[in-house]
Amino acid sequence: MLLAEQALNGLQYGMMLFLMAAGLTLVFGVMGLINLAHGALYMTGAFACAAVAAASGSFWLGLAASLVAAAAAGALVEMAVIRRLYARDHLDQVLATFALILVFSEGTRWLFGSFPLYLTLPPALSGAVMLPGGLHYPLFRLVIIGFGAAVALGLWWLIARTRLGIRIRAGEADREMIGALGVDIARLYTIVFALGAALAGLAGALVGTIQSVQVGMGEPVLILAFVVVVIGGIGSIKGAFIGALLVGMTDTLGKALLPGLLSRAWDAAGANSLGASLASVLIYVLMAVVLILRPQGLFGAQGAER
Amino acid sequence: MKLNRLLIGAAAAAAIALAGATQAEPVKVGMITTLSGGGAGLGVDTRDGFLLALKNAGEAGQAVELVIEDDQQKPDVAVQIADKMIQSEQVDVLTGIVWSNLAMAVVPAAVAQGKFYLSTNAAPSQLAGAGCDPKYFSVSYQNDNLHEAAGAHATEAGIGKVFIMAPNYPAGHDSLAGFKRYYKGALAGEIHTQVGQTDYAAEIAQIRASDADAVFFFLPGGMGIAFMKQYAESGVGKPVIGPGFSFSQDVLPAVGDAALGVRNTAQWSKDLENEANRAFVETFQAEYGRLPSLYAAQAYDTANLLLSAAAKADPGDADAFRAALAQADFPSVRGKFRFGPNQHPIQDYYVREVVKEGEVLTNRIIGPAMTDHGDAYAGQCKM
Repeated sequence: MLLAEQALNGLQYGMMLFLMAAGLTLVFGVMGLINLAHGALYMTGAFACAAVAAASGSFWLGLAASLVAAAAAGALVEMAVIRRLYARDHLDQVLATFALILVFSEGTRWLFGSFPLYLTLPPALSGAVMLPGGLHYPLFRLVIIGFGAAVALGLWWLIARTRLGIRIRAGEADREMIGALGVDIARLYTIVFALGAALAGLAGALVGTIQSVQVGMGEPVLILAFVVVVIGGIGSIKGAFIGALLVGMTDTLGKALLPGLLSRAWDAAGANSLGASLASVLIYVLMAVVLILRPQGLFGAQGAER
Repeated sequence: MKLNRLLIGAAAAAAIALAGATQAEPVKVGMITTLSGGGAGLGVDTRDGFLLALKNAGEAGQAVELVIEDDQQKPDVAVQIADKMIQSEQVDVLTGIVWSNLAMAVVPAAVAQGKFYLSTNAAPSQLAGAGCDPKYFSVSYQNDNLHEAAGAHATEAGIGKVFIMAPNYPAGHDSLAGFKRYYKGALAGEIHTQVGQTDYAAEIAQIRASDADAVFFFLPGGMGIAFMKQYAESGVGKPVIGPGFSFSQDVLPAVGDAALGVRNTAQWSKDLENEANRAFVETFQAEYGRLPSLYAAQAYDTANLLLSAAAKADPGDADAFRAALAQADFPSVRGKFRFGPNQHPIQDYYVREVVKEGEVLTNRIIGPAMTDHGDAYAGQCKM
């Protein structure tokens, strides 16, 4: 029973990471851009959702606002700053997008203050439900799993079945060539960046609802999202999906099971402390193992130039 | 590098110099606190509480010249700022650090260079015991204290089995040690979470599966907000107790109604009945438009302690200044306040309950937890 609940927790955590990593891997894959400011867009979504939900009283309006605000912020940032970075090397990109983190953080602090914001669930989504087998599980975590699955399907459809998807895939393969074929590269990049930003914003709003909406909330998730992208293979949505679920499961089950396993060999207090420390490095061990076996990531393109 | 700097009283000091007044040199104070990033709410309240005390003191407040800088909650940045304040700004007193790991990086070096350090919050066990120093005063508490009070309360309330949880870092270990020191019942489980962790689904599942009667947790700032919201959603429903940090005024609005009715322990509450506290709460609300937190109250007391000492002695005369500080001759918002032999407070701790006043969530005292309580490390302090 406990194991089933922990597995669901791992699945939900993985879905949340996927929402974050999907946008990151799109931008990384299509534009070759390392975007450290992805976490800032996640924060933007959470704050937009909290502000609109507080003003209008509707969580759903807030959720819509998070998508719109993050996409708008993404498009604006792409046109104002990011566009000048494609031709530069990765170090310049890291510096510039790191600067964006600081700008977003301090800007948000100006607007909303230093104290965490209140964002809570509508009554229809709060509380726990009984699952088959007698397991009580929070309804909203199931909703997050649903959102993650829907976004995964939607992205697959977008990339595999639409004209925009063809262009995105073409852009990943050879950006000079599709430019020469008459595709407006600048617009394509803005759209992809805004799409990635919107996904980050949605993740921020969903996660902010059950965690806390505060300045700096994006950076810890950003690191995990990069781990997911690296494990899954740069630029691969499928890789991001599998990678996110792997990381989510490893982290949750590691935290849940390790202290118990270790307590057979050590005393309780030592096992707790050691287990907690080991669990927190487990996902990086996973990353290292994947990189040793498949340096390009699970679903990365063979012999990618990056 | 962003620098949040404020020079308060500089203008006043200049005016005095121009007038050729005979008043003594102002005490130069360097405040290092967290004004950006996730922990900024705590530092902002520390700064605002300190500034309010100087303002409320009127003329006397000009005895302090304050320099404020942001440590970004990073130990290396805090150390850089401390070096700069000591070497180029030549401050007499340092104060303001919120986090224990930053305090451990700054305090020992600062007192070794002959500067006074007055803690507005962090008070790790290392600095209360063998590492105590004549120039180091904790005006807040010793790290274990609020948790000890929670343990005493759990014993008092006759809770049979408690599940305990804190982050895996020094202040977290102090917390669980403090709770266990005064809790006489059995433990249903013990978890060390990651610092900065925001998802507690795995921990909540373990709490659900355990036979605990109640849950004790120490998760300051955003960690506590996340845990409380997720715990309320999970429908586990076992009662929760915690130290005052987890339900301080800076996080309550974000936690929302999930916190209602929760018992927590602290050495201060906004409804404490005394003259100094009434004036503090009233002027804080008037000045900043919000209720003060624990951190603001501690900083307010620190500033008043400093002013009381500055009126009696000059920091240049270290022994006299130290003696003046040790008297704790100031009107504390906690009512009674004195220092123990290791220069940490001996004070009362209260059990508070989260209530709603109108639309605002806040705390109200429901009874004493510990009276005239010092700390477990004073015996190891040799000075």
